[in-house]
Amino acid sequence: MNRRMILYMVGQVCEITAVLMVLPLIVSILYRERCLIDFLLAITVALVIGLALTFLSRPTSKVIYAKEGYIIVGLSWIVVSAIGALPFYFSQQIPHYIDAFFETVSGFTTTGASILTDVEAMSKGLLFWRSFTHWIGGMGVLVFLMAVVPLQNDRGMHIARAEMPGPTVGKLMPRLRDTARVLYLIYAGMSVIMVIFELAGGMPFFDSLLHMFGAAGTGGFGIKSDSIASYSPYEQWVITIFMLLFGVNFNLYYLCLHKHFKEVLESDELKTYLALFLISSALITINTLSQNVSVATAIRNACFQVSSIMTTTGYATTDFNKWPEFSKGILMFLMLIGACAGSTGGGLKVSRLVMLAKNVKRELRHLIHPRSVGVVRFEGRTVDDQTLHSVSVYLALYMGILIAVALLLSLDRFDFETNLSAANACFNNIGPGLGAVGPASNYAGYSPFSKLVLCAAMLLGRLEIYPLFLMMTPSIWSRSS
Amino acid sequence: MKVVILGCGKMGQELTRSLVKEGHDVTVIDHDESVVGTIGDLYDVMTVCGEGVDYDTLSEAQVQDARLFIAMTPRDEVNILSCFLAKRMGAHHTIARIEDTDMTDRELSFIKQQTNISMFVNPALIVAQELNNMLRLPSGIRADYFARHSFEMVELRTKMNSKFSNMNVSDLRRHFKENFLICAVGRGSDVYIPRGDFVLRDGDLLTINAAPTEIDKLLTEVGYINKPVRNVMIIGGSRTAYQLGKILIESGIRVKIIEQDRDRCRQLCESLPEAVVINGDGAQGELLNEEGLLTTDAFVSLTGMDEENILMCIYANEQRVPRAMCKVDRSAFADLAGRLGVEGLVSPNVRVSSLVLRYVRALENSAGSNIETLYKLMDGRAEAMEFIVKPDFPYLNIPLYQLEFKPGMLIGGIIRDTKPLIPGGNDHIEAKDRVIVLAAGQNLVSLSDAIIKVKES
Repeated sequence: MNRRMILYMVGQVCEITAVLMVLPLIVSILYRERCLIDFLLAITVALVIGLALTFLSRPTSKVIYAKEGYIIVGLSWIVVSAIGALPFYFSQQIPHYIDAFFETVSGFTTTGASILTDVEAMSKGLLFWRSFTHWIGGMGVLVFLMAVVPLQNDRGMHIARAEMPGPTVGKLMPRLRDTARVLYLIYAGMSVIMVIFELAGGMPFFDSLLHMFGAAGTGGFGIKSDSIASYSPYEQWVITIFMLLFGVNFNLYYLCLHKHFKEVLESDELKTYLALFLISSALITINTLSQNVSVATAIRNACFQVSSIMTTTGYATTDFNKWPEFSKGILMFLMLIGACAGSTGGGLKVSRLVMLAKNVKRELRHLIHPRSVGVVRFEGRTVDDQTLHSVSVYLALYMGILIAVALLLSLDRFDFETNLSAANACFNNIGPGLGAVGPASNYAGYSPFSKLVLCAAMLLGRLEIYPLFLMMTPSIWSRSS
Repeated sequence: MKVVILGCGKMGQELTRSLVKEGHDVTVIDHDESVVGTIGDLYDVMTVCGEGVDYDTLSEAQVQDARLFIAMTPRDEVNILSCFLAKRMGAHHTIARIEDTDMTDRELSFIKQQTNISMFVNPALIVAQELNNMLRLPSGIRADYFARHSFEMVELRTKMNSKFSNMNVSDLRRHFKENFLICAVGRGSDVYIPRGDFVLRDGDLLTINAAPTEIDKLLTEVGYINKPVRNVMIIGGSRTAYQLGKILIESGIRVKIIEQDRDRCRQLCESLPEAVVINGDGAQGELLNEEGLLTTDAFVSLTGMDEENILMCIYANEQRVPRAMCKVDRSAFADLAGRLGVEGLVSPNVRVSSLVLRYVRALENSAGSNIETLYKLMDGRAEAMEFIVKPDFPYLNIPLYQLEFKPGMLIGGIIRDTKPLIPGGNDHIEAKDRVIVLAAGQNLVSLSDAIIKVKES
């Protein structure tokens, strides 16, 4: 266990957080707000911790293995959230540190679950920071670090694999640094295009920037109490489409840039993803026709909500809590699946679902023809048994954690629908759930203990379980491991 | 530079390691999924799993954009075919590993011409050449050929109270009258490019450049006793053994090969009629003694097992064989064997990768400059660069003593009409010469950059 290297990397993450907090600082200077002092204070704290860690634990050996990769990612995300919560706490706009921590974890993990009862009362600088955490967390803090700071060793793959979502993580270019840069360039490029589209519809610049952060990171922090509902249908469609785009595997965009359109169109994951979107939207449109004034509104609301839920963003144009049970059921199901691997979205991931379904089919055939030999093919190539095995194990862990979180929440005062959907919405990084945590309400009612449980659930969901799980395994910390 | 490596065995892996370390964009192809996974974890490379002669695999590895494609699988036909495909798909340069030792130069150059492969590397031949080099020179001295074998660079450490110590470089040349040049001096962690007034000390590490024929005389003068090797015992009748036997027999050294397999013995007899081939187990001390281990000048162990090679070298050392050397594939074992006192270790993987690396560096340097080839000396702390002089070179036909060079630069050798020349102050540069410039820690773009001006006299 290379502890020095772990602390060194965490220190670098602190420093990069300090640098990132300069952006909201500039915003609060522009709007002449008092919270600029809070940002300065938070930046100082982050820099002091970061510099202390990088200077005190200058690593003697920079070699790391898979376990160090997991620990670096797990610790970094906890530390980054703890530091990111400081401006909210210092400004006293969120008076309790646990609440501020919840809000920041929710931001970085791109969940979008909020404890704020009155969003519109927040100062612009803090609102900006709150949404900006979505944008960073979407692609990943350590991936960002890799893109800007020269990598110290060849083993960065262990870190990238621990942070990037999906059953398998591949590179786009031979060097990890170039891969990280390409991903961030695509990400930034799409973000700029989205802002341009929003501005074209007349949305104010600040609003469009923050909504872009939420949609790009598939986070979903709104800046209005009714989320997106008060914006024009044009803006709602723009957000629907861009949420959907940010939920696609970014590798496909890279392929598009290199004009490999055929491979993109033949992607199993993309086809399943779009099919799920279209079928769910159609079903919900039909199911909710009676509640809407016109068919167009029904289609728009259904598409928006489906796109928002399945990409795990969590924006809302309507209170789907009041929808018929069938529609709510579909949404609950979509929450579990989530977006594509290699996107900014959370959840189980469509690719895992496809692999699981194909594996089930193979298993059934094997039961009928016990001597049959079958392979699972995905994205035009055979999936090896190791990957299939780890996908099954992941599903088991995933379900286990979901149940555990729901059980722990049941100690609180809410009903079962609320608790299950809260566990579901946080673990899958969506944000709003059903019942008392529906899109029209928030998580403020939960006890501090429940909030911490939900924080853990959000981090587990964003980092795909293992980094945090391994941190909780005592044997990994022993010196000899 | 974008490099694609096919085949990730021990050799491919060593090559990957050194290319990544030099900062190249490396993509690795192998058909074994677990090997590909391990490589992706260990080094910052892109990995592709598939067959090397498969068009789709090659295009997934983006061979079409690669500057260099290197085929390192153990199968010659796969290497040649994949290099051919890669070249046709757009790779600029291709290198193929060749294991078949029976292929003649004519066959190879025909294939090279037909397939446009830039370079063949034959590990067995490379190891045999290295072993031959080591056998020719006293122990503790490494030699490297330079500029198409016109010069030999020898790295040696001055002994205590040697004739070299406390002399400055120009006195030294007058004193020894031999045609040699001290190119670089390593002292502690510093590297100097010595001028005429540089004073040498005991324990300096010297890189000396001389024509191959001069090296032996020079070493004798310095006090390295070089007892020529007259007979060599080789254990294991591998391809390397065949190549080494061939080279040694050509230079008149008696060779005895001990090989377990009877059929292989027969083959060796046919291909090396001058060698004595013994059928038996080299690990048996009795057999070795019977075959004259105690009277042999050198002992070379070339079996396929690292452990056996190392142990047999230790045994030979114990029996006071003057020179004992062996081939070791795993670098971890090489370090260990070095500590156990085995002096002559040759690793095929390291040799092959340094050869390829040399080619890559030359490619890289030839891109924006006139450098023909670039060699790293003293663990990369000094460089030797080879230039071809163009007719418009501004300092043609001016004696070198009239030219003022940049600090840390030196002209180490001139090749005129394939004749090597160790330059003195009265020599001059002519058009079409090949000039070798030495520099510590700085790269040149063209030859004229090394010279500041003509001194006023």
